[in-house]
Amino acid sequence: MEIRLTLNGKKLAADVAADELLIDFLRAHGCLSVKRGCESSNCGLCTVLMDEKPVLSCSVLAARANGKSVYTLEGLQAEAEDFVGFIADQGAEQCGFCNPGFVMNTIALLRENPDPTDDEIRAFLAGNLCRCSGYEGQLRGIRAYLDSRKEARNG
Amino acid sequence: MLSIKNYVRAQSLDEAYALCQKKSSAVLGGMLWLKMQRGGVDTAIDLSDLGLDKIEETESEYRLGAMVTLRELEKHPGLDALTQGAMAESVRHIVGVQFRNLATVGGSVFGRFGFSDVLTMLLSLEARVALHGAGIMSLEDFAASGIRRDILTHVIIPKTPRKCVYLSQRNISTDFPVLTCALSRSDEGVLCAVGARPGRAVCLRGDVAKLADGLVFGSNTRASADYRREICRVLIRRGLERLEG
Repeated sequence: MEIRLTLNGKKLAADVAADELLIDFLRAHGCLSVKRGCESSNCGLCTVLMDEKPVLSCSVLAARANGKSVYTLEGLQAEAEDFVGFIADQGAEQCGFCNPGFVMNTIALLRENPDPTDDEIRAFLAGNLCRCSGYEGQLRGIRAYLDSRKEARNG
Repeated sequence: MLSIKNYVRAQSLDEAYALCQKKSSAVLGGMLWLKMQRGGVDTAIDLSDLGLDKIEETESEYRLGAMVTLRELEKHPGLDALTQGAMAESVRHIVGVQFRNLATVGGSVFGRFGFSDVLTMLLSLEARVALHGAGIMSLEDFAASGIRRDILTHVIIPKTPRKCVYLSQRNISTDFPVLTCALSRSDEGVLCAVGARPGRAVCLRGDVAKLADGLVFGSNTRASADYRREICRVLIRRGLERLEG
């Protein structure tokens, strides 16, 4: 069947199989930041934004993306650059495999809640698993970014 | 891995209902649990075009469309006020935001999963379900029924004033619960729903602490029946204390 969607801001039409998953569709269309992890809807590696909401692309049929806007990290580089340096500064990534999903969900968090508390950050990112870091580095990185933004705002 | 031969976006409830009468068809909710199944589905029926993605409010009730997501339940101010935060508490441990943006009320309720936080919470609110074929019935009756070939369109929550508490026990955050426990107190007394026993949630009315001793608990990889029985006593005691407070 044919689907039409907007992928990273560009309109796209494509044929998909009835059981094709969005993660496979996106990777076949060059979005290799979308990682395959647990395949049981638990790890958050495959997070993309569909109509602005973070979802697990391993658990969405490509057919369900028909008529929707989908963003992967490839389309949100500039927005991600604002804060990923702060996360790197904390040594929060080791293997880095979880990072694209982590960054995508952080973008969703900061769009929904521009000034989250540490507990709100933890709660929002609870669906992103990292088996290297223990999460504290990511939290410190996001906190450092938010603090620097606040300082810049306050002059 | 799940394979699907045909994908149909139903254009009416009648169409969805007719399609779902075949054993080899499946209605798609968030698809999170369905995806974990092995084998094949001849026709996957998507209800996304039927306007079932809204939470409607009347003077006496909230009507949750089957395609409303768990994240929408979590963030809805009216449900938050009605349940004093218990609704959000009941879903916030379920995997992550991305998962809850996909998981639907209809999928969670129709599946009547033993581990369901949502089913436990809704039972404590004396919710009803609207089915396209079987009509409206109490969620408690539906949960105990074997209804399979029907389309759940709405879950209806009465706006009965009640104090609500939701508690669950997990071995680790975001995991399936070891036990779920939702209590509510209205003019008619205390109602307690206990789920993840690991069987389907059931309701207790009256002296719930005493009645809970008669519940049947089972063992699985997460916990033993004895452990669940002890946890149940603790959660009910804590819940009753919070209802009193």
